[in-house]
Amino acid sequence: MKKLVLLSGKGGTGKTTLAGAFIKMADSKAYADCDVDAPNLHLIAALKTAAKEEAFFGLEKAVIDTEKCTDCGLCEAVCRFDAIGGGRVDAYFCEGCGVCVEFCPAGAVAMVPHVSGKTMLYADGERVFSTARLAMGSGNSGKLVTEVKKRLSENMKWDGIAVIDGSPGIGCPVIASVTGADMVLMVAEPSVSGMSDLARIVKTAQTLRVRIGVCINKWDLGGEMAEEIEQYCREEGIDFLGRVPFDPAVIRELNAGRSIAEAEESPAKTAIKDVFLKAVQILYEQ
Amino acid sequence: MMVIIPLDAGRLDAHVFISFGRAPWFALFDTARNTLKFIENSAAQNQGGAGIKAAQAALDLGAQAVIAPRLGQNAADVLLAADVKVYEAWDGSVEENIALFTAGKLKTLTQVNPGIHGDGAS
Amino acid sequence: MKIAVLSGKGGAGKTFAAVNLACVALEACYVDCDVEEPNGHLFLKPLNVWTQRVSVMVPVFDVEKCTGCRVCVDFCRYNALALARGKVLHFKEACHSCGGCVLLCPAAAADYSTHEIGMIREGKSGGVRVLTGVLDAGEATGVPIIRELAGRMPKEEICVIDCPPGSACPVMESIKEADYCLLVAEPTAFGVHDLAMALELVRLFEKPAGALLNKCLPGENPARKLCMNTGLDILAEIPFDLETGRMISGGEAAVLKSPFLKAVFLGLLAKIKEEMQK
Repeated sequence: MKKLVLLSGKGGTGKTTLAGAFIKMADSKAYADCDVDAPNLHLIAALKTAAKEEAFFGLEKAVIDTEKCTDCGLCEAVCRFDAIGGGRVDAYFCEGCGVCVEFCPAGAVAMVPHVSGKTMLYADGERVFSTARLAMGSGNSGKLVTEVKKRLSENMKWDGIAVIDGSPGIGCPVIASVTGADMVLMVAEPSVSGMSDLARIVKTAQTLRVRIGVCINKWDLGGEMAEEIEQYCREEGIDFLGRVPFDPAVIRELNAGRSIAEAEESPAKTAIKDVFLKAVQILYEQ
Repeated sequence: MMVIIPLDAGRLDAHVFISFGRAPWFALFDTARNTLKFIENSAAQNQGGAGIKAAQAALDLGAQAVIAPRLGQNAADVLLAADVKVYEAWDGSVEENIALFTAGKLKTLTQVNPGIHGDGAS
Repeated sequence: MKIAVLSGKGGAGKTFAAVNLACVALEACYVDCDVEEPNGHLFLKPLNVWTQRVSVMVPVFDVEKCTGCRVCVDFCRYNALALARGKVLHFKEACHSCGGCVLLCPAAAADYSTHEIGMIREGKSGGVRVLTGVLDAGEATGVPIIRELAGRMPKEEICVIDCPPGSACPVMESIKEADYCLLVAEPTAFGVHDLAMALELVRLFEKPAGALLNKCLPGENPARKLCMNTGLDILAEIPFDLETGRMISGGEAAVLKSPFLKAVFLGLLAKIKEEMQK
């Protein structure tokens, strides 16, 4: 099974749109949405069977027993995350370090399990779609991303392309999506912001030593920047896989819950197919 | 000497596991007594730093050698700081790996996966 | 007054809205909390920029004083510490900088040190003070930088906070001190799905909020529907426009070129001030 991860650095460039199309074009039997903070892939790629949901427990969080609490304020003083105030722990800001527990003279603080998200697994006997959703305001999405990918590899026996939809940014969850990937495809936006963000995500991916390819989505909305991005790829020795034009058909299909790959031929569909075939070539040449 | 091997189950026919930190089980092979024990890996369920915790557990069990298909930077840093020898596992069962190890047929593991942020221990 | 601009969905137009809001206010502070991918500075092009590095606390261990007691290793819930051959090993990327190991060491062998994770840049763009947080590539989390930015926000001026995408920790830290939340919505199924999550967060924090419908297309707008269903006031609407798109693509602050958009953003700012007075 070859793992292809789609990233962008910048949000809104079209990762999920392309991921959805690739899944159809590759007839992928295993795919995942690693954008656990704001997952969207299920809106166009869910299987007909209901998802199996499981609570995801992140770090334990501190809870103060008000009966035992003597209001000494020591916990508040030692908490480096400003999570304690007025004898209460704010679970949204608590990072589960346990220092308050150690220092409470009255033994009034305890660490308790905390649900910080849920995993959803769609499986219809033939295909597996692994996704998750981080509970609002939670941290630690790197671990949840790893859980999502773990369920995917439970379908390892299938020999094809596993498509993994990544998240925006360059932090922990993005890094967690990339580990073990055979290739990362960056979906770039032709704008000053897009170029800046692309450079940062490329730099991040380079520290992970994975093969990188770049494509430009909605390229005609910023022709000059598209040129600059291609030039950047040449300078960095990164494979450039093509340009996809802005196409209103994409939004129409997405809003109807479908991937552009399911529509009649359109400029975007043709261009995406081109990018897909080039990615496949790279995936299998290694 | 004590040799530790990450596995997917606690049995003689268990397969070596690709991740050290997240392996469900470990095999403990004592070369002097020629005994083999299986223990569950408590680090596997940890939020983060599983490689570090599992490697620490290995040190605490007196490991002097580890046989694994690969190692992440974190686990490697802990093991190497304690001069534990790391051998590249044969893609097979624990039984097969012990036989190969005893016959001196396993080579040293050279490929250590870079840390997720490029660093390791300091 | 601190106005946080968020959307849930990436690419809906947070930076577009935040930058232009800051520009139409006579004197304002623009704060870029999207420290992983900060973009506001590309439009505002601040001058006289000074940079300050941001660090997090990391422990250091004195091998002479260390007795190998393992209190620190066993305490750390992030498994950031290990003991090998009597020496404590520390793993930066697993560490949450809680300080527990330093506080608990019975031999006083642990002390505080620092590790740089990024920077804050400050400059001026006309009447706008520009504060930008930047996370170093390869670092796990920018939350400490966002906290630092929050500490630097002025109390007098209008402060526009450009939030990161999503609705997790970094967004929470960004809206923590906000007086008002402006939710930017794009008219797509994906946008609405994420907007709902961002709205949930805003409501959880009990922040007054309103919406800006951005990149509006002809036909039914799923974002409008969500606003109506959730009782979220729509403060302004901006149509999808190729020319505006090109300006953004080229890194221009739209209100400086487009009288129409200037009027829209002046109206939006006035509406927000009005909402705050209620």
